Amino acid sequence: MTALSMASGSTALKAGVDAESRTITVSIDTEPPQLDGSMTADSISAFVLGHVMEGLLRKDENNQLVAGVADRWDITESGATFWIRKDAFWSDGKPVTAHDFVFAWRKVVDPASASEYANIMSPILNADKINSGKIPVATLGVQAVGDRELRVQFVKPVPYFDQLMAFNIFYPIREDFFNSTNGRYASSADTLLYNGPFKMTKWVHGAHIRMEKNPLYWDRDIVEVSAIDIPYFTTDPSARINLFRDRQIALTPIAQENLEEAQLLGWNIKSFVDGTVYYIEFNHRDGRITKNRNFRKALQYALNSKIEVNKVIKIPGYRPGKSLFPIWLDGANDKLRKEYPAIEFIHDQAKAREYLEAAKKELGLKTIPPIMLLSGDSPLSNKVAEYYQDTLKRQLGLEVRIDSQIFKQRLAKMLAGDFDIVMTGWGPDYADPLTFGDLFMAGNVNNRGNYSSAAYDRQVRIAQNSTDPVIRAAAFGMLQQIIFDDAVILPEYERAQLYTVDPKITGVVRRVIGADPDFTYVKFAEE
Amino acid sequence: MLSYTLKRLIQGLITVWFIATATFLAMHAVPGDPLSGAKAMTPEIRQNLEEKYGLDKPMSEQYLIYMGNLARGDLGISFTQKNREVNDIIREHFPVSATLGIMAVVFAGLGGTLFGALTALYRNKWPDTVIMIVVILGISVPSFVFAAFAQLAMVKINGAIGFSLLPVAGWGSVSHIIMPALVLGLGTMAYLTRLMRSSMLEIISSDYIRTANAKGLPPTRIFLKHEMRNAVMPVVTVLGPAIAAITTGSFVVELVFAIPGLGRYFVQAVQQLDYTVIMGTTVFFGAFLVLMVILVDLLYGFIDPRVRVS
Repeated sequence: MTALSMASGSTALKAGVDAESRTITVSIDTEPPQLDGSMTADSISAFVLGHVMEGLLRKDENNQLVAGVADRWDITESGATFWIRKDAFWSDGKPVTAHDFVFAWRKVVDPASASEYANIMSPILNADKINSGKIPVATLGVQAVGDRELRVQFVKPVPYFDQLMAFNIFYPIREDFFNSTNGRYASSADTLLYNGPFKMTKWVHGAHIRMEKNPLYWDRDIVEVSAIDIPYFTTDPSARINLFRDRQIALTPIAQENLEEAQLLGWNIKSFVDGTVYYIEFNHRDGRITKNRNFRKALQYALNSKIEVNKVIKIPGYRPGKSLFPIWLDGANDKLRKEYPAIEFIHDQAKAREYLEAAKKELGLKTIPPIMLLSGDSPLSNKVAEYYQDTLKRQLGLEVRIDSQIFKQRLAKMLAGDFDIVMTGWGPDYADPLTFGDLFMAGNVNNRGNYSSAAYDRQVRIAQNSTDPVIRAAAFGMLQQIIFDDAVILPEYERAQLYTVDPKITGVVRRVIGADPDFTYVKFAEE
Repeated sequence: MLSYTLKRLIQGLITVWFIATATFLAMHAVPGDPLSGAKAMTPEIRQNLEEKYGLDKPMSEQYLIYMGNLARGDLGISFTQKNREVNDIIREHFPVSATLGIMAVVFAGLGGTLFGALTALYRNKWPDTVIMIVVILGISVPSFVFAAFAQLAMVKINGAIGFSLLPVAGWGSVSHIIMPALVLGLGTMAYLTRLMRSSMLEIISSDYIRTANAKGLPPTRIFLKHEMRNAVMPVVTVLGPAIAAITTGSFVVELVFAIPGLGRYFVQAVQQLDYTVIMGTTVFFGAFLVLMVILVDLLYGFIDPRVRVS
């Protein structure tokens, strides 16, 4: 039985919600790939880290930015200053200081760490030069003034800098502790130091994580949960549904194939728009038919995202794509999409054909050769790809060849420009429209279709360089218009996740960015 | 005997080297990029990562470095589980798969022998029909269907009786093993039942059984001493490779029952092009299989002196 004890300690038969011991049990998809906050931005690691660590700022139960390790801050066009609160402690009892942030941020940009997300530090003075190995790490524009004041210098104004402060790349790491782990930092529960609402007390790789309330956390009074237990690591949708039915876990996502069952069981099904936007990206490279604007317009008028979502995808909560900018993004005074509504237009087969004829004339072609549609290999991708193939054949007489690839191969083909149109999507890095807006700027490494337009780039630069919310929102409005006029991409849908929560708890917070789901604010219903 | 063992071991080493080389070449030939994620990186970040993982060096040099490390028993660090050594992944997760696998093999071996013998003894009577229906199901229905079905059945049973008779998923106690082991072993059990049945039928009609009957030996003695003992030989032969196949983990069963075994890592590594984990698990599985085959060959020599090579 040694293998049993090695693997898990024990998964005792407990309830998903144990109000008596104030414990909740949940499942996660896989082992967190990396719990060194400076090195990762994947969602599983962000889920764990968001519970056990805290940055200068944090997101509260209403997804608003509030004070975290810093109790006061001042952000200007040239830089930022943060004042560290007195009662912020590490889980070993020592205070969190400004030096811990300086050490962590330098580590992110140090080329030797090879952090994949080093470029998110670009707005900080010298970050890019350090990361390409040109100058030493000590020149990074961040200084500790004593233990309690952190000063940051910018290369240019960063209108969304406060949003970044809640992101795990910007979490603190204490230098002496890091050095004491001999290169094994964050590889086990005891080689990590915690400063968040919880601390990890158990981490059996691939099998079991346990987080217990951190008695030294400065805002400990808001935390009612005494432990979050995670003994199940699986991506199998039915397994999670069965665990929930057996009352072993407190929350389960509901996949499309389980929806009917969940409805029959009378569960309170909730939907959460997770912030990701999916769209069809065209290949704008020379020699591709999709470089022709009239051709793209023809597809824009033929393909209807409402039909795609309501008749093909049929998952409640999914929203038909109307814009590159999803509904949850803030504008100047209200939601961006309220201030600058998505462009409404009527899908029209006749107009689509007109555009197609114009494209044929411009291209000097009698018939359009087969179009390569690059897609993923999930059942949903296959269904949607077939809908496109069928619609374009019927409405425009176009031949579409579906190139269905597994994730890594699809990425390789996208990067190489080996497609005419590709079904893809984007999840935000930070809560600002710019994380979507700069995608199609010339030279952006994620601009897989190589779209290039001086007018587009000009608006992106306005949004990047201005700190005036009104001017920025107007720039995003312009980008939205250009994307429609030029048919840069065709929005497909905004993804939603269906889930249900054990009625014995309330206060589970779903987040577009950061720890999702967040159990910090969970309250136990009175019996 | 010693020189034979030595010879087989050297052959085994060459086989493992061949597996490692072939996997290395095949892995690098697969399109796709181990470092790529949903979001592209700047060239500077990419270069830093390539240096970290040694991917900036020519392929021949990468191969030599890998083989050198392999000879020292160092399988490197995972590309996706960024703070874990492949050695640790195997050390922590193989015992889980092996525990589950051994239980499944025990179940399959015992069940297969017993049911096979029963069907032969009651040929064309109701026990034969019932067991053979189960056997045909076991062979033709894939394990993920059984896994989902067994799990759902457990949910219903637990719900009906009001407490957890057996856990629905998870790992950590003996009760966690029972259901996945049954599901995992079912296919092998069905196969062994059929094997045992035909072997038993052959023996029942042989001359020495007729003689034993004529001598007036009690039926249980004939069954245990003469029939079972001889009929079980083909089952033992198949059991060797079956152990190697089952104990190295099952992706589906581990996924459905949330079991932290090695099978999941193996499949996920291939999907994610996690070079070091692909190499580590393949070489490990290869070496394990080679070792099992050598062991079985040596065992034959002990069981049946005619097989022994002097």
